[in-house]
Amino acid sequence: MAYMKRSPWIIHYDGSSCNGCDIEVLACLTPLYDVERFGIINTGNPKHADILVVTGSVNEQSRQVIRNIYDQMPEPKVVVAFGICACSGGVFRECYNVDGGIDQVIPVDVYVPGCPVRPEQIIDGVVRALGVLEEKRARMKSGEPAEAGV
Amino acid sequence: MINVLFAVAFLVLAPILGGLIAGIDRKLTARMQGRVGPPVLQPFYDVGKLLEKEHVIVSVSQNFFVLAYLVFIAFSGALFFAGGDLLLVVFALTLAHVLLVLGAYSATSPYSFIGAERELVQLMAYEPMVILAAAGFYLATGSFSVMEIAAFPRPLIAVLPGIFIGLFYVLTMKLRKSPFDIATSHHAHQEIVKGVTTEFSGSTLGMVEVAHWYETVFLLGLFWLFFAWSPVIAVIALAILYLAEIFIDNATARVRWGFALRSIWAVTLVLSAANLVWLQYFGGL
Ligand code: SF4
Repeated sequence: MAYMKRSPWIIHYDGSSCNGCDIEVLACLTPLYDVERFGIINTGNPKHADILVVTGSVNEQSRQVIRNIYDQMPEPKVVVAFGICACSGGVFRECYNVDGGIDQVIPVDVYVPGCPVRPEQIIDGVVRALGVLEEKRARMKSGEPAEAGV
Repeated sequence: MINVLFAVAFLVLAPILGGLIAGIDRKLTARMQGRVGPPVLQPFYDVGKLLEKEHVIVSVSQNFFVLAYLVFIAFSGALFFAGGDLLLVVFALTLAHVLLVLGAYSATSPYSFIGAERELVQLMAYEPMVILAAAGFYLATGSFSVMEIAAFPRPLIAVLPGIFIGLFYVLTMKLRKSPFDIATSHHAHQEIVKGVTTEFSGSTLGMVEVAHWYETVFLLGLFWLFFAWSPVIAVIALAILYLAEIFIDNATARVRWGFALRSIWAVTLVLSAANLVWLQYFGGL
């Protein structure tokens, strides 16, 4: 049974966001958007999470943290980059301290650009992530590694 | 006397009932916050998903402890509904929670350590009340057997009001609801990570969740005893009781553990001691 799609738990990490995208992510939890309708819960614990949501670009300090959170999440898991910073580095791309998008450190499954991302886009991004999550679960069930090409 | 049929019925039906109660709880909570809320079956989806996840183990012994936790919660509930000895039920329940604490301790992580310590504080806080409640039932009915207490023909709520209020006070903590959700909470997923369940994932976390459903049904059964003389009134009373818990959960902020411990001891010990003394010297039915 595909329970995976009905109960996606999220962990949100702020790589080095300007806080714009973070506020939009939090807006999704408010009564107006209420993502708990879809069973989405914002957990603070990588071991309980299915979807890693990252906002902001990668820098020297956030690099290990992102890797660490990602490694602690049990399979199947997906990574969603929210905001143009998380996708590519955005306006900060050329900064001396910025390495670029999240995909510099871990494999990203869904890119959601925008500056900042709108809550509607965030919900759409998570729904797309659910498709990937389901694929990975099916792969895991048939005995293959969840991550393709690993 | 033990009724095996009721025990089996509890083991099979309690997770279904408990999960539904959890689902309705989440829906009502969302409505109280002005949200739409998840589907009523959401808790089942959650546990179903947890069973599909990869099994990540921090230390091998945690599997054993959490499984034993689930088994002992189910055992104490089954013993209760079979009409067994109330004291034995209480001690089996305590043992179950000690096993959960050991499970959290077995993962050497500071977060689950804090959760485990807080779970122990909770045990210390509510345990005297639960034992005093058993004593109260004995004084009122002359028996520790759940079957005989349930068959008592007169309303126990009339002779045990202090015990009832005391038990209701600790029910908030047992259901892991605010203001006493200090070890781990259904809301506030980002505080001290996730307390006692921090290092559990996948099916292990699923087992903790199912154990919680068993415990919810068992606790409602315990409150049933106060109204057992009339099943209709009992059902209404339990519904009101649980609604009140959901309301308290949403209307209060979490207190610090020191205050939780002190206030629970003060309220429950004074109320239940007064109740027991009154019962001993003046009364009963
Ligand atoms: S995408 Fe825009 S809003 Fe989001 S973190 Fe980057 S600069 Fe801030």
